[in-house]
Amino acid sequence: MSDVTRLTLADAREGLKKKQFSATELTQAFVKAIEAGNAALNAYVLPTPERALKQAAASDARLAKGTAGPLEGLPLGIKDLFCTAGVRTTACSNVLGEFTPTYESTVTQNLFDAGAVMLGKLNNDEFAMGSSNETSRFGPVVNPWRRKAASGALSNTNLVPGGSSGGSSAAVAADLCLGATATDTGGSIRQPAALTGTVGIKPTYGRCSRWGIVAFASSLDQAGPIAKTVRDAAVLLGTMASYDPKDSTSVDTPVPDYEAALGRSIKGLRVGVPKEYRVNGMSPEIDDLWQRGIAWLKAAGATVHDISLPHTKYALPAYYIVAPAECSSNLARYDGVRYGLRVPGEDLIDTYERTRAAGFGKEVRRRVLIGTYVLSAGYYDAYYLKAQKVRTLIKKDFDDAWSKVDVVLTPTTPSPAFGFGEKAGDPIAMYLEDIFTVTVNMAGLPGISVPGGLSGQGTPLGLQLIGKPFDEATLFSAAQVIEDAAGHFHVDNSWWVGAKG
Amino acid sequence: MQVDEATVRRIARLARIRITDEEATSLQGELSGILDWVTQLDEVQTDGVEPMTRVIPMTLKKRADVVTDGDKADDIVKNAPASEDHFFVVPKVIE
Repeated sequence: MSDVTRLTLADAREGLKKKQFSATELTQAFVKAIEAGNAALNAYVLPTPERALKQAAASDARLAKGTAGPLEGLPLGIKDLFCTAGVRTTACSNVLGEFTPTYESTVTQNLFDAGAVMLGKLNNDEFAMGSSNETSRFGPVVNPWRRKAASGALSNTNLVPGGSSGGSSAAVAADLCLGATATDTGGSIRQPAALTGTVGIKPTYGRCSRWGIVAFASSLDQAGPIAKTVRDAAVLLGTMASYDPKDSTSVDTPVPDYEAALGRSIKGLRVGVPKEYRVNGMSPEIDDLWQRGIAWLKAAGATVHDISLPHTKYALPAYYIVAPAECSSNLARYDGVRYGLRVPGEDLIDTYERTRAAGFGKEVRRRVLIGTYVLSAGYYDAYYLKAQKVRTLIKKDFDDAWSKVDVVLTPTTPSPAFGFGEKAGDPIAMYLEDIFTVTVNMAGLPGISVPGGLSGQGTPLGLQLIGKPFDEATLFSAAQVIEDAAGHFHVDNSWWVGAKG
Repeated sequence: MQVDEATVRRIARLARIRITDEEATSLQGELSGILDWVTQLDEVQTDGVEPMTRVIPMTLKKRADVVTDGDKADDIVKNAPASEDHFFVVPKVIE
C-alpha cells in the first residue's frame, strides 16, 4: 500500500468505498505520521489517537453495513477553538487551563455525524488573535515549507504557517490529516492557506454555526475548512455548514451541493479586479501571480473588469476597533470562577485581575485593553460607532460592485511566509498581513484562497476569490479553474519526519 | 492620540487585568500607536451613514417560550476551579 496520507480527501473517500484500505488502516497511517512529524511542526496540541482508532473502527462497521455517511472514516484535524465533548479545548490560551467541554460544537458534531474521524486538536494563535501562530500557549507552529536557494538547496530557517489557523494549515500541508477545521475573523483561514499551498474558504457569515466555537469577535467569526484541494474544501464545507437554532446569526437557507459546482463552466463569469488592492510596495511576484490568475480565468471564458472598492484602505483600521471591542466583551467571561485558570487574590476583584493577567498572553491583553478603551464612556461614538459606520461603507462598496461583477479576484496576502519574530515586535506590521482578507469579514462575504504558484524562494502564494453572499458555489467553480491551471503544490522534502522539536 | 499612564491603569482596571509598572509604561506606547493608526478613519465622511449592526439582513427567529434545556448542574460546575454542591466557590464579597 502506497502512502495513504498523501491522498486527497476525495481520493481517500474513493479508496474506502472500493475497499482498497480500511478506515482503521487509513487512521493508523495518520497516527504514525503525527507521531513522527508533530515534534518538529507542533501542529497538534493534543493528538487523540485512541479516540481516532475507536471512531475508525465504528466507521469500518458502518462501511461494511452499507450505512456510511458522506465523510465516513476520513481522518481530520480540529482547530482547538472548537469545543469537543470530553476532549480538552483551550483556544491555545492559558486562561482555559484544562477546560474539557461537556458539549460538542455544531460544526464538529456535523462532521462526526457524517462519519469523520478526529485525529486531535490543532494549534492556533491564542483565541485566534494573530497571523503567524506565534501567540499560542503551546508555542509556535512551523510551516512545512522552507525557502529554497537559487541552487535548489533547502534553507534551515523555519517559517511561520500563517495564523491564526496555523496548526490547521501546517497539518494539511504536511499530510498529518486529510483536511482540517479552521476559523476566520480577519483572514485566519485564507492567510494560513496561502502561506502553506493549501485551499481555505471562509464562507458567508451565518453559513456555519458558531455554537461551541470559542468566541473572538462575534460579528466577524466564521468557521470553514482548510483542505488539500478545491474539491476537498467543497466536500468539507458541505458538511460543516448548516442552519442551527442554537446560533441566532446562523442563516436558515439550504446548503447547496458544492461538489456539483466543481467543473461547472465559468464562461461569461464577470471577474472584478479592484484597483485599491494594488497597494504601495506590492512585490512584483505578487503582482505577477495576480496577472496569471486573471489570465487563467479569461482563458476559461470569464470576462475581467476593473472595479473600485474605495473604502478598502479603511477596512483594517476599522477592523482593529471592531474586533478588539467585541473581544474585550467576549473575553469578559474568563473570570477564574466558572472554568479554566484561577489565580487566588486578596478578594474577588483581585482574583479576577490576577487570573486574567496570568491567563491571557501579551497580544490578547493588548486587544482586550484596546477594546475596553474604545468602548469606554466618552469614546464609544468616536471609535466603535465610527468604525461600524465605515463598515457600512465597506459593505456598500461590494454591494455596488455586484451590479458589475460576480466575483472579485485579489492576492490573498501581500507576501509569502515569513520567519519567526520578523513581525512579532510591531503589532501594526503583523496586522497588515490581513490587508487583503479583512474586508471580506467586515462585509460578511465568502472568500476562498487557492494556491496560485510559488515565490522566488520556492514558497507558496495564494489567490483570493471573493463572492456574493451565500454564493460559495461560484467561488468553488472559479477556484477549480485556477487550481486546474496552477496545479497542486506539495512540499517535496519531508524534513520534519523524525526531526526533533 | 497619546494615552498616559493613568489612562492605561484605568483601562486595565476596567478590563480587570492586573498590570505591572513596566507594562503600564510599555502599554502607553503600544496603545497610543494603535489608536494613532486608527485615527485615519476620521478622513471618512460618515454623516448620515447608519452603523452596521448586522452582516446579513434578517429578522431574528422566534420560538415558543418553553424550557428546552436544563438539568445540567453537574456539567455546568464540572470545569470550575472550586465548587461545592453545585455552587461556584468565590472569595467572600460581603463582610
